Amino acid sequence: MTTSAHTVLPGARARTATATATVRRKQGFQHGGWFVAPFLALFALFVVWPLLRGVYLSFTDANISGDGANFVGLDNYREALHDQAMWDALGHSAYFTLLVVPCITLLAFLLAMLAHHIERGKWLWRLCFFVPFLLPSTVAANMFQWLFTQGIGLVNETFGITTPWLTDKSYAMIAIVIETLWWTVGFSFLLYLAALQGIPGHLYEAAKLDGANAWDRMVHITLPMLRNITGLVIALQVLASLQLFDQAVVMMDFGPGPELSTRSFVQYTLEQGFTSYRVGYASAMSIIFFVIIAVVALARMWLLRTREEGAR
Amino acid sequence: MSSTGTRLKPRSSWTPSQIVLTLVGVAVSAVFVAPIAAALFTSLKSEAEAAEIPPHWLPEVWTGQAWKALWETGNITNWFVNSLVVSVCVTSVVLTVSALAGYGFARTEFRGKGVLMGLVMSGLMVSPAVLGVPLFTTVQQMGMVDTYWGMILPQCAPAAMVYILYKFFQGIPRELEEAAFIDGAGRWRVFFTIVVPLARPSLAAVGIFTFIASWNNFLWPYMVTNNPDLMTMPNGIATVMNSYGIQWAQLMAGGLMAGLPLIIVFVFFQRQIVTGVAHTGLAGQ
Repeated sequence: MTTSAHTVLPGARARTATATATVRRKQGFQHGGWFVAPFLALFALFVVWPLLRGVYLSFTDANISGDGANFVGLDNYREALHDQAMWDALGHSAYFTLLVVPCITLLAFLLAMLAHHIERGKWLWRLCFFVPFLLPSTVAANMFQWLFTQGIGLVNETFGITTPWLTDKSYAMIAIVIETLWWTVGFSFLLYLAALQGIPGHLYEAAKLDGANAWDRMVHITLPMLRNITGLVIALQVLASLQLFDQAVVMMDFGPGPELSTRSFVQYTLEQGFTSYRVGYASAMSIIFFVIIAVVALARMWLLRTREEGAR
Repeated sequence: MSSTGTRLKPRSSWTPSQIVLTLVGVAVSAVFVAPIAAALFTSLKSEAEAAEIPPHWLPEVWTGQAWKALWETGNITNWFVNSLVVSVCVTSVVLTVSALAGYGFARTEFRGKGVLMGLVMSGLMVSPAVLGVPLFTTVQQMGMVDTYWGMILPQCAPAAMVYILYKFFQGIPRELEEAAFIDGAGRWRVFFTIVVPLARPSLAAVGIFTFIASWNNFLWPYMVTNNPDLMTMPNGIATVMNSYGIQWAQLMAGGLMAGLPLIIVFVFFQRQIVTGVAHTGLAGQ
């Protein structure tokens, strides 16, 4: 098949295109499947199959060993919908998400602007703002658990206050939010920094020539150019925040926090599965959670599409 | 520090706005580094001093006791090796399979491609946090609880990485490949000799982020291992050390030890990481 392609003269662009299209199609059809096969095998085994299994288990009363599971129909779902503890846990995850996402997006943007505009020591700012993200979640959580502990913690000591961060229901989640901001903002910061570096400099120079001041340049160039990355940062943060688990669990000494106030949805599901051995019920909650996340993700796609159409 | 390099350029002079920005930068950086500094100082106190009320930032008596105790009594070397084995394996497998799959989806044709791509995209919404319990029972059925396999393989199917590389491969000009096809190269040869070298910055970013995520992964190893000898660094430190009753100086020393490898990697590769993020198309799209 390649010999025919050799006969094409360099100048004949149209003929080259059709000839190579044939080559592409033949070669592609032969091998395309093999490129994706290894990933799909792992994906099928550890994503699709557990999902299907979760759907099946959610209709049973399976325990942790999976023996003697009886089909119970929609009982698990019915129970979950009336389970106040599940709704509370879902509420905690949602509350955490609502607090974290706007703060982290704004903070990441400001830090990136700062690191982008200071001319000296760029590597140092990058390192300082990104370094917490390099710590394991448990380590960051342990550090803040210690900093926030009443009596021996440095936060209260440094600011001369006596806030019961970890033991009072109205502060516990705030403490977790502060820890999360510190620990994870570096990733979004890096995305913003890369995006800022990608904005062509001539746009700013042209604007300066037209007499635009710093504020105008920010509102009319920087912010519009960053719109896509902001969308991405928000989407990634929403998905990550809804899955709150590590920080909350470690900072609260592997418990659900004061008056259960920091028990997240993931934590409650795992408690049902691994502590109460109610695998069927935990699976039903997993499926409910999957549906919630899917709805959030689809809503985002729908918003994006309508905005693009609106822009046209 | 870096001023020696920038001094050559006339533009980076100390204008008033640069002075203000730099001062703000120093203040914000201090806030960011403070918790790590506090952890370091605490790790250099004796356990008694670490639990003193009221607390103070700097140790009154500097001692390496906590580090030494950690080294002697803990399973820390075990945990370190486990973390290394798991993270290196996960990163290699993820890089291989997601580069192949990203290229396959972006540039080849096969039956059912659209459906499969949709399936992979919906996988973006599934994580061990979402499907922890059914994933655990699946892994249990395969007899992989408390094994390296059980820790490694479930982390090896990240739809997000496939998506990032898929976006990148779509952006490579077709002409580059077609020239090689005309010269008689096959798909695989084109992939390895043209596409992979072009994708090096993206692959580096994917590799580094996979390594970070895997080294720091707590939830999945927490679910799938009970044996302290098999635990990874974050798990060992969080679960085993907490179960003794918290010894703050040791806990902070252990935490810093767990974080150190990645911090060193970042210090050396930070430029590649930033350009890598820019190249993946994540930032620019």
